Amino acid sequence: MSTEDITIEKTADLKISPENELHTCALAESQEDEYTLVYEKPHTLLEVNMHYCPGCAHSLVHKLIMEAVEELNIQEDTIGVAPVGCAVFAYHYMNIDMQEAAHGRATAVATGIKRLMPDKYVFTYQGDGDLAAIGMAETIHAINRGENIMIVFINNAVYGMTSGQMAPTSLVGMKTTTSPFGRDPAVYGYPIKVSELIAQLPGAFYVSRHTVNKNTSVRKAKKAIINALNYQKLNKGTCFVEIIGNCPSNWKMTPIEANNFIDEVMVKTFPLGDIKLPKPEDLIPINQNGDK
Amino acid sequence: METKLMKGNEALAEAAIQAGCDAYFGYPITPQSEVLEYLAREIPKYNTKEHIRVVLQAESEIASINMVYGAAGAGFRAMTSSSSPGISLMQEGISYIAGAELPCLIVNVNRAGPGLGTIQPGQGDYFQATKGGGHGDYKLIVLAPSSVQEMADFVFLGFDLADKYRNPVMILSDGAIGQMMEKVTFGNYTAHKTDKPWATTGKPPTRDRNYITSLHIQPEKLELSNLKLVEKYKEITKNEIRFEEVMTEDAEYIFVAYGLSARICHKAAIIARERGIKAGMFRPITLYPYPYKRLNELAEKVKLMLTIELNAGQMVEDVRLAVNGKVPVEFYGRLGGMIPTPEEIVNKLENLISNKNVN
Repeated sequence: MSTEDITIEKTADLKISPENELHTCALAESQEDEYTLVYEKPHTLLEVNMHYCPGCAHSLVHKLIMEAVEELNIQEDTIGVAPVGCAVFAYHYMNIDMQEAAHGRATAVATGIKRLMPDKYVFTYQGDGDLAAIGMAETIHAINRGENIMIVFINNAVYGMTSGQMAPTSLVGMKTTTSPFGRDPAVYGYPIKVSELIAQLPGAFYVSRHTVNKNTSVRKAKKAIINALNYQKLNKGTCFVEIIGNCPSNWKMTPIEANNFIDEVMVKTFPLGDIKLPKPEDLIPINQNGDK
Repeated sequence: METKLMKGNEALAEAAIQAGCDAYFGYPITPQSEVLEYLAREIPKYNTKEHIRVVLQAESEIASINMVYGAAGAGFRAMTSSSSPGISLMQEGISYIAGAELPCLIVNVNRAGPGLGTIQPGQGDYFQATKGGGHGDYKLIVLAPSSVQEMADFVFLGFDLADKYRNPVMILSDGAIGQMMEKVTFGNYTAHKTDKPWATTGKPPTRDRNYITSLHIQPEKLELSNLKLVEKYKEITKNEIRFEEVMTEDAEYIFVAYGLSARICHKAAIIARERGIKAGMFRPITLYPYPYKRLNELAEKVKLMLTIELNAGQMVEDVRLAVNGKVPVEFYGRLGGMIPTPEEIVNKLENLISNKNVN
């Protein structure tokens, strides 16, 4: 094959939209003078390449948590607990003290940390297999005790790290490597709606479900994470932020298809929004005293 | 100095408070529930804003051991206790703790098994405690008390050894030592404060982040981590072997036993001497590291060693390894929670002597 045989196909002409035009102008201008910094990675995120697949939500949610930690200025007071699953290396990316828990045990580990250091901010970061299958007992009991921690629950309805097996949150009919003909409720039951389940517990203070598949949803998810961290100051119970993640690799989709799949399919089983909000009177101390 | 009449489990719990235990996590199981009950009652008295001390009943032994992981990883003196079936449930967590090199104290008040077994004393967890128990290559420092006094003493020792080596320590007791009442003296123990710069206490700007993990995905790195553990275990073996000898100076026959069995063998040796048999007793106190060398030395001078255990023969394998064929090593055990009498043991020895014609 000679080089002549290789043709590069243009997929689409780059259309100069007014927005792009503006950007180009701004860049040209600033190059003459000085760059104006409009956005940067949080300093709480380490300068390393993440191992996540292209388009995966994990890296984005890592960034959101670290942005929240930076904006709240609590890097020194935050201890995270990493799961077993795709996010097993979270402690290689987040520039905070962290502990790596055994599969499913993150909330028990977090309990051990938080009970002894009640003034610290403690969070777990767990996937659906970790939190809702093997770790369901630890999850429910930690929340039932009202452990004053934040749980970030990444639900992408599939076991990512072990390459695409059925999860407790897999949708009805969803094809995975262990449900090759689709999840059959007669055999495997229905996807567990963890947020709705745990919201019933008095120990759950704040339960909110989000996704990060577009800019607006990213902003909402970040707000929820900031809330959940902030509420730890109140010592009123567990804050639970569920993120409907994607898994382009195991869903066998492009990242864009995967993000669309969330809006078109996933949210029908896992509707987005606040599931349990603190009562206004519970928030009084935080509003009165402001920062810690 | 204060001497009290206490149950083994309660003496252990009181010692935990005096040893500066910051956190106890546990789940009820016979025959050791007194530990959780005692601490649930007593620890809150010592809990202050300056020194937070926690006692928490977990939803399972699995949760208990992982709470210990979290607290120990944050640099606190943490412990749990359970009995055989519960200790089985903890094996995953213990393996992670050993891999992450977290200092903590785990107490097994051994009951008879397998399975649900019975709540009566047993020593069937010897292999589990000393040969790994969970997955992967690791060792616990294993201390075997044979009195209520040692139930207390080994808590102080255990916490200190755990901190010194960044290694989990197990006190392997049994249902009888845990439940019996004896006098116990508490000295003036000062909790050794060990610097734990690796602990996850929150990252100040002055240092890099700390993270606690047992994960090393690259084989080259995991092997290095494994070798580091191997070196540590060598160091522990060099420094920490403990044992007790009773009337071994002129002994021709030696009982080898630990824990409850050793108490019985002590009496058996006295009875044997009354019957004209020069018997002695060797009691390993550390089951890991095991006193192989001393047993090998003793093998030079005796005609026979008789290992007594409340199981079907577990420690006897280590005795045979130690003795390396120099003298016959025999075994006598009772199972299912049954406990041999000293006379029963002496009779066994007498039978062996006459049958083997080793006299």
